[in-house]
Amino acid sequence: MKYGSAIIGTGIAAFFALLAAGLAKDELFASHMGILVIVLIGAVVVLMRQTSFTPQPAVDMSAYMDGPIRYGVIATVFWCVVGLLVGVVIALQLAYPDLNVEPFLSFGRVRPLHTSAVVFAFGGNALIATSFYVVQRTSRARLFGGDLAWFVFWGYQLFIVMAATGYLLGITQGREYAEPEWYVDLWLTIVWVCYLIVFLGTILRRKEPHIYVANWFYLSFIVTVAMLHIVNNLAVPVSITGSKSYSAFAGVQDALTQWWYGHNAVGFFLTAGFLGMMYYFVPKQANRPVYSYRLSIIHFWALIFLYIWAGPHHLHYTALPDWAQTLGMVFSIMLWMPSWGGMINGLMTLSGAWDKIRTDPIIRMMVAAIAFYGMSTFEGPMMSIKAVNSLSHYTDWTIGHVHSGALGWVGMITFGAVYFLVPKLWNRERLYSVRMVTWHFWFATLGLVVYAAVMWVSGIQQGLMWREYDQQGFLVYSFAETVEAMHLYYVVRALGGALYLIGGLIMAWNVTMTILGYQRDEQEIGGAVPAPQAAE
Amino acid sequence: MEYQQLRTFADSWGLLAMTLFFVGTLIFAFRPGSRKSADEAAQIPLKDD
Repeated sequence: MKYGSAIIGTGIAAFFALLAAGLAKDELFASHMGILVIVLIGAVVVLMRQTSFTPQPAVDMSAYMDGPIRYGVIATVFWCVVGLLVGVVIALQLAYPDLNVEPFLSFGRVRPLHTSAVVFAFGGNALIATSFYVVQRTSRARLFGGDLAWFVFWGYQLFIVMAATGYLLGITQGREYAEPEWYVDLWLTIVWVCYLIVFLGTILRRKEPHIYVANWFYLSFIVTVAMLHIVNNLAVPVSITGSKSYSAFAGVQDALTQWWYGHNAVGFFLTAGFLGMMYYFVPKQANRPVYSYRLSIIHFWALIFLYIWAGPHHLHYTALPDWAQTLGMVFSIMLWMPSWGGMINGLMTLSGAWDKIRTDPIIRMMVAAIAFYGMSTFEGPMMSIKAVNSLSHYTDWTIGHVHSGALGWVGMITFGAVYFLVPKLWNRERLYSVRMVTWHFWFATLGLVVYAAVMWVSGIQQGLMWREYDQQGFLVYSFAETVEAMHLYYVVRALGGALYLIGGLIMAWNVTMTILGYQRDEQEIGGAVPAPQAAE
Repeated sequence: MEYQQLRTFADSWGLLAMTLFFVGTLIFAFRPGSRKSADEAAQIPLKDD
């Protein structure tokens, strides 16, 4: 029977969710479990409508398993638009506080929805889908574990839905990038271990003797995120049918655990994973091998050894011991080496084919991504220097820095990979429109530059206003005055975000039309070279 | 285990072990004859679709 075990498993899970809702110790847990029941019963209904009792054809073990990757690409594009839209909404909320619709859509609840939607829903789906694609192609082996890959995909979507609905209900453990409460964390742990099994199993049965460098980056991302997630979320729930839990750590240890997790979420989720993407999709799209394979090996090991120590730079001038702050700063500065080594490696892959930047907008997107990788990994270590941090910390400069990395590096390299993958996965000759990729590129780049530039100005102004003393040693500005001074910047920031969102919508349209099988009638880009004319 | 013991271990033997491992990867990456195998590995993504 098709989907037999999925129907039974989901049905049983729905029953237990109902039981948990009934036995709930607090109202929030009851509501959250109620949502879970609805989602799971919906899934059972959909599965039962699609089941069939005819014998299923045997699986062709020599073919790649691309089903979960197709779904993953669609999910990536979908969550991209959702996450960016929520980002524009909260940017407007900051500029116009009246837009805070209490209690469900207040800034404090919607902000983690934005960060999780872009980092885990958009970025996470992109990483899962591309890692499944890359590991099969570079190992020349079908995904390990059969339908386990489907479980990883749908299990991850369930995690996203539970996390997002939890935030809006007001369920949070208040840890940056790790807001979901204990039961959602446990579910993600199960899904993540299955992800590791699928990925590692595929590598173990590879037909290619060498493990390609992209897989090293993906594997380090999966393993490290598992470790970070488990340690950071060590907590004791008040009740097994309650939404509240208390961290296993206290005080400054808790803060450091949190930022050890937080910074490595950036280092291993948003960097190592996407570097795996870079090391496969840039050579593929440029049709050239990576500039230096040996440099990529050094890039990998240097990144692994250094990143994990950089977290304390988030706690400069706090109760964290001074030596730990300095350690975090020194390791952050050492990160310049692997980051720039990796950037050079990615960019130089195009050496001898630089004309592709003009003729191939997908390559242009990837090059912009690598350039932003270089820029934001230069800016980050600079901001981790204590003297600089005393000005930049807690200001909008940090927000600008995060977005030049997230919109520039993570976003652009993912868009490039999506545009590469969609025609391949759906057997289309080309994208619906290559010219629309150019439009996407310019909207995204313009939005990003506006966003980052305006946050630099606002962040530095904010920092300078906070530390301004008069001759008697009194602060010159009250906090409310510094908030008021930010208004114009926040309006312009929302505009930058909106431009980036428009780019995302163009991608969604382009991808949808490609999947549906349409081709836009258009001229090729820069194809025609003017023929030399004889002098008159 | 005391905090101080762990810290002393980390900034002595732990640090040494990690440094040696990292130096080992550098030596491995640039060992004689590695250029050929690295060039072959770099071709892996380009071999099929």
